[in-house]
Amino acid sequence: MNIATATHTQKSSRQFLRVDDILDRFHHNPAKLIAILQAVQEEYRYLPEPVLSYVATRIKIPRARVFGVATFYSHFSLKPKGKHIIKICDGTACHVNKSGHLLDLIHKKLGLSDKKRTTDDLLFTVEKVSCLGACGLAPVVVIDERVHPQVQTAHLTQLIDELMHEEE
Amino acid sequence: MPTVELETIKAATREKMAHLQYRVLVCNGTGCIANGARQVYNAFLTKTGACRNLVSVKTGDPCHMVGLISQTGCHGLCQMGPLVLIRANNGFKDVFYCGVREPDVAEIVEETIKKGRIVDRLLYTNPQSGELCRNPGEIPFYARQNRLALAECGLIDPESIEEYIQGGGYSMLRRAALEMTPREVCELIRDSGLRGRGGAGFPTGRKWLAMLEQPGKPGEPRYLVCNGDEGDPGAFMDRSLMEGDPHRLLEGAMIAAFAAGATVGYFYIRTEYPLAVQRVRQAINDARRLGILGENLFGSGFRFDCDVVEGAGAFVCGEETALLASIEGKRGMPRHKPPFPAQEGLFGKPTVVNNVETLATIRYIMEQGVSAFRRFGTVLSPGTKTFALTGRVRHTGLIEVPMGTTLREVIYEIGGGIPGDKKFKAAQIGGPSGGCLGETHLDLSLDFENLTALGAMVGSGGIVVMDEETCIVEVSRFFMQFTQEESCGKCVLCREGTKQMLALLQDIVDGTAELEHLSLLEETARAVKAASLCGLGKSAPNPVLSTLTLFRNEYLAHIERRLCPAGACQALKVYAVNPDLCKGCTLCVSKCPAGAIHGEKRQAHRIDVTSCTKCGVCATICKFKAITAA
Ligand SMILES: Cc1cc2nc3c(=O)[nH]c(=O)nc-3n(C[C@H](O)[C@H](O)[C@H](O)COP(=O)(O)O)c2cc1C
Ligand code: FES
Repeated sequence: MNIATATHTQKSSRQFLRVDDILDRFHHNPAKLIAILQAVQEEYRYLPEPVLSYVATRIKIPRARVFGVATFYSHFSLKPKGKHIIKICDGTACHVNKSGHLLDLIHKKLGLSDKKRTTDDLLFTVEKVSCLGACGLAPVVVIDERVHPQVQTAHLTQLIDELMHEEE
Repeated sequence: MPTVELETIKAATREKMAHLQYRVLVCNGTGCIANGARQVYNAFLTKTGACRNLVSVKTGDPCHMVGLISQTGCHGLCQMGPLVLIRANNGFKDVFYCGVREPDVAEIVEETIKKGRIVDRLLYTNPQSGELCRNPGEIPFYARQNRLALAECGLIDPESIEEYIQGGGYSMLRRAALEMTPREVCELIRDSGLRGRGGAGFPTGRKWLAMLEQPGKPGEPRYLVCNGDEGDPGAFMDRSLMEGDPHRLLEGAMIAAFAAGATVGYFYIRTEYPLAVQRVRQAINDARRLGILGENLFGSGFRFDCDVVEGAGAFVCGEETALLASIEGKRGMPRHKPPFPAQEGLFGKPTVVNNVETLATIRYIMEQGVSAFRRFGTVLSPGTKTFALTGRVRHTGLIEVPMGTTLREVIYEIGGGIPGDKKFKAAQIGGPSGGCLGETHLDLSLDFENLTALGAMVGSGGIVVMDEETCIVEVSRFFMQFTQEESCGKCVLCREGTKQMLALLQDIVDGTAELEHLSLLEETARAVKAASLCGLGKSAPNPVLSTLTLFRNEYLAHIERRLCPAGACQALKVYAVNPDLCKGCTLCVSKCPAGAIHGEKRQAHRIDVTSCTKCGVCATICKFKAITAA
């Protein structure tokens, strides 16, 4: 190990105290990798790359495996997420009830797309999710954990306007 | 630890229940919560001062009215929520209210709870006869169902192990562990003809026997895994079971573990279902606390313990080998079978994987016997099946009917038909692995054989009803996009083939396809079906192939006439203002979410086609019917 990485590791281990707690909680068990990453994501709201490398070193598995898992599951995000998370359900029931319009509308309103999910000011993240299990009330939108049933375009515009207003 | 005495718990709980003058069950399924059920529940608590759980009910205080307010799992009629069921001990019949809002609670307390009078406006009205229904049995939606797995879902407090035991819970586990051998349990379930409810319909008893007969090294763990992934969009049966009656699932899982010889169990539940995760976890903890879970169960020498593992959002992890990889902390990639999980499963050890509903059905079979179970369903598909009924149907929700019920009964008698006087067009059954059924199939009996023969599948049991305004081609494209995004990428045909199929379907929907697209689509579909490794790829072409047979004309209309017969496909639609009808009221200008409409007051408006998102808001709000899509 050269000097640069040595100091880096020292600095990181101080920085990663909370990650250490999480690793202890799961006994540094590689079989618990997914649960570990879930806990890390809860802490940081996303998976920062240095943390992933740190986890790999500490539970003694290749970095590639950690990154492989982190990128495989849609629940994990390697990019920071916005303060408000808007989930538009595009499961079958919601789709048949025109959730596509809702997604288009909100993308347009916030200047986002399927590729760019978070606004530059880190206020909003828009996610398309497949089925929230509330299909009887389709189309369903979840804003910051709150489920909104049978959402119409006008209603969604109003909800977002209120949020934007709050943030001003 | 002393062995647990179910009878003692039962008697103590029964005494508490007998002491109650009334009980209010507030549905707390996901749908009802979204509609404000939590507020309704809290209002009941503050307005009555009743107990919130069975433990807090004190006996020996007969002077004042003792009530119990409980949050239950899904009652099923999600769309009419929040739902409230009131039961009284004074011989008066149950009352079922729908669409209850917080302000209604005061009236319910005053009238129904204190005076035994009914609040008519909150009752369910039969849309056909106009009659008011006082209890669930009178509502057609419920009257036609047979609830075996869902028997107590919505009727008991899912967070009370005492109430579950009071209703006879865990005595079948005790009977299995004390009075039967594992082989006898396997054979009982085999004789019942129960087939796995996770999609493929593999006989459950045979699966358990295979695992039981699998040699293992003594002292090495053997596993039972409950598949609660339920990644099918449009399905929420397993979720409702886990949330509404987690102990029934746990008891089923333990009986399965006993029969198949497993000692460690995992419940794999998707993280999008936080309430299910919490309820199953609590059920496990409560069972462990009472000594129902752990070492030497009921003094039989059988030991079993289990835990919950949260998924991380990958549809393919519902496939059993991918699921096992995921529990091991790896990417959820399916692998080739054989070896089957029973031979080489979790961490290389013998493992049995069962679906939530399968396990939740076990108690009924043990309690009522094989012939009672076989009274329902067909010879080859006995029993009942839960379905999530959604889409363009009047009563969306969770139902359980005998296998072999017809589509017509499901849609018209239980679901109440298609709303808005629209015509039935098709039902998509089994999600992305299933297929479409049309009008000619309305009288088809829904069972494993019939559906497979048609290139569809029972799948997990999602039924999405489509009316004349839904475009079949677009729905096929939707499912293809789903499977394409969810393919794990391990095998080429699934990874690349679904991508090509999606591109072809996208062209058709966009109105840029040629006739050759169709033959190419069919050819690719067959190849993907034949050469994919796991069920995801093997079934991905089902929605396309089944709709190509049934609704070929609709595909042709898109290609040859650049027309979407359902009027649904965005690209084939252009919104325009008819200047003769437009009065220039500017309502549409202010309501257009894309800012695409321009015009002065009292002058005909104009829609800018480049910024129009074709959401159709303008057409619905225009009072003069001046805006139409062509
Ligand atoms: C792509 C794919 C997704 C699946 N998803 C689920 C699921 O969400 N839940 C489930 O129980 N089974 C699912 N299955 C079926 C399982 O592989 C397995 O057959 C089932 O869990 C066995 O349980 P059973 O015999 O009780 O039905 C899926 C299969 C495939 C190929
Ligand atoms: S399809 Fe949207 S909640 Fe199920």
